[in-house]
Amino acid sequence: MTPVPGPDNGPGTSLRSERHVLNRAHYRYFLAFTLPALAVYVVFAALPLVNSIWYSLYDTDSGVARFVGLENYVYLFTNPTTSERFWNALTNNLEFFAIHLVVEVPLGLLLAALLTSGRLRRSTGLYRTLLFIPTTLSVVIVGFVWRLIINPLWGLIDFPLLGDERTALPTLSLMSVWQYVGIPMIFLYAALLAVPGDVLEAARVEGAGAWSTFWRVKFPLIAPQFGLIAILTYIWTFNGFDLVFALNGSAPGPNYSTDILGTLFYRTFFGSSGQLSDLDLGATVASVIFLIILVVTAAYFGLLHRRLRSYEL
Amino acid sequence: MRNNRDRAGSLVTHALLIFFALLAVAPILVIVVNSLKTTPGIFGQPFALPNAETFSLGGYERVFARGQFVVNYGNSLIVTVGATVATLVLATLAAFALTEYKVRFAPLVGGFFVLGIMLPIRLGTVPIIKTMISWQLMDTLVALVLVYTAMSLPLAIALLMTYFKAVPAAVKEAARIDGAGELRTLSIVLPMVRPGLAAVASVTMLPIWNDLWFPLILAPSKENQTVTLGVQQFAGQFLNDYPALLGALTLGAVPLIVLFVVFSRQFIQGLSAGIGK
Repeated sequence: MTPVPGPDNGPGTSLRSERHVLNRAHYRYFLAFTLPALAVYVVFAALPLVNSIWYSLYDTDSGVARFVGLENYVYLFTNPTTSERFWNALTNNLEFFAIHLVVEVPLGLLLAALLTSGRLRRSTGLYRTLLFIPTTLSVVIVGFVWRLIINPLWGLIDFPLLGDERTALPTLSLMSVWQYVGIPMIFLYAALLAVPGDVLEAARVEGAGAWSTFWRVKFPLIAPQFGLIAILTYIWTFNGFDLVFALNGSAPGPNYSTDILGTLFYRTFFGSSGQLSDLDLGATVASVIFLIILVVTAAYFGLLHRRLRSYEL
Repeated sequence: MRNNRDRAGSLVTHALLIFFALLAVAPILVIVVNSLKTTPGIFGQPFALPNAETFSLGGYERVFARGQFVVNYGNSLIVTVGATVATLVLATLAAFALTEYKVRFAPLVGGFFVLGIMLPIRLGTVPIIKTMISWQLMDTLVALVLVYTAMSLPLAIALLMTYFKAVPAAVKEAARIDGAGELRTLSIVLPMVRPGLAAVASVTMLPIWNDLWFPLILAPSKENQTVTLGVQQFAGQFLNDYPALLGALTLGAVPLIVLFVVFSRQFIQGLSAGIGK
């Protein structure tokens, strides 16, 4: 940023100093325009995330903050009750994610492929809107709607799907898939629309059918977006809470079979019947969840995403 | 031959899409239709339209008598509009600066914002609670507006940057030569990014209106409850009064569905451009 002292006097110098002044003005404007957004974002989003880790190293139960190092973590993983709850929630969360990955993402791809197959004319917009409607609902509504529909009293399904430990979590996951399938659909739809027409035309001229055009031409081109939506699904499901809480409350039964990390986190810092609120342990659970999300996301971007991108035009 | 195959192909495509569209919409229709029936009507023929015998608005009457829907709607409106407007203003300023001024650390600041699209903000809840307590904002709508603005800024900024980048430099130069200051230049450019603003507004509103987590934690009292939290609590208490329960669910769902259908183009544009970066 410092102007280079040069041998030239004359017009060059004034031009350079003028640019220097302009540059300083740019800094001023840049700061003035970004500072309000930066302040709100840092204070209420970025800093709390970092501070969670900070708080997890303290004990504030006595009213005074006392640095305890990793003691909260040791407690979380060695206390029989808390560690059992944690591993249970983590296992359930993995299943919750796996069902989304195996059902929601491929279904979104199928719907996006159908919408961009070139076989629809004016109806594309209508289908797109109808298919996306569940995503616009709040989970509270989704939860109760499905609870009513699968209610054995209505006779559509004769089994208490949400009342049985074996079926409760898959049922709940599929409700969530029903609601959110619109997200991968729209995202992959936008990606498929961006596939250049001449590439498809070339495939058609070569005599490729719709099926092989999709898998050999279109899909490799949208592989980075497919990978991205898979990792976003991971982040979202490991950050999940609302649907489970809306349906089963903060100690999600039967017998914690639908407890995921989000509800465990809530229960830890907020408390629930039979459990006292513990802010320090809450921050500890949050930090562990953050780590779980961070490691996998970093691994994805470090190892896999670049490889998927190499197919890109 | 080719024609026949094409026709069969488009038939299958339509059939599949109609099937999935029904799967998406039918559960909602079942709820709306049954909310207009009596309890025996709901259980006698849950999948029939209401007739003279089973039609009743009793559920809605009880919702309005016992629930707090008017207050809840007001709260949701204040929070959603407040946070959306704040997001639009702050994101516009920031996105303009990030694309306009080529200062050294601009990419760094931009990256820091964009990172927030993926960050699970909720995990910072414990420190957020502490901040709100010390600022005496616990159980206020202001707390929700602040958190939602922070949460919405990353996607809004990323989206608006793509729109600002598309504005020709000549427009801005012309404004500056005419002696316009930077804020004035921004206001001259603003109409050119209007589709971006619409997209940002529509993707910002939806998750805020539907969120359950922060209302539950930061504004749980009866007078500060949003619709989403209100429906959750009402439905939890009136599990046996099916007409009222269904009425509450309908009242919670319909406004958003209408809003979405009206703005679906902007919304989908915003969503697909936003996460596609």
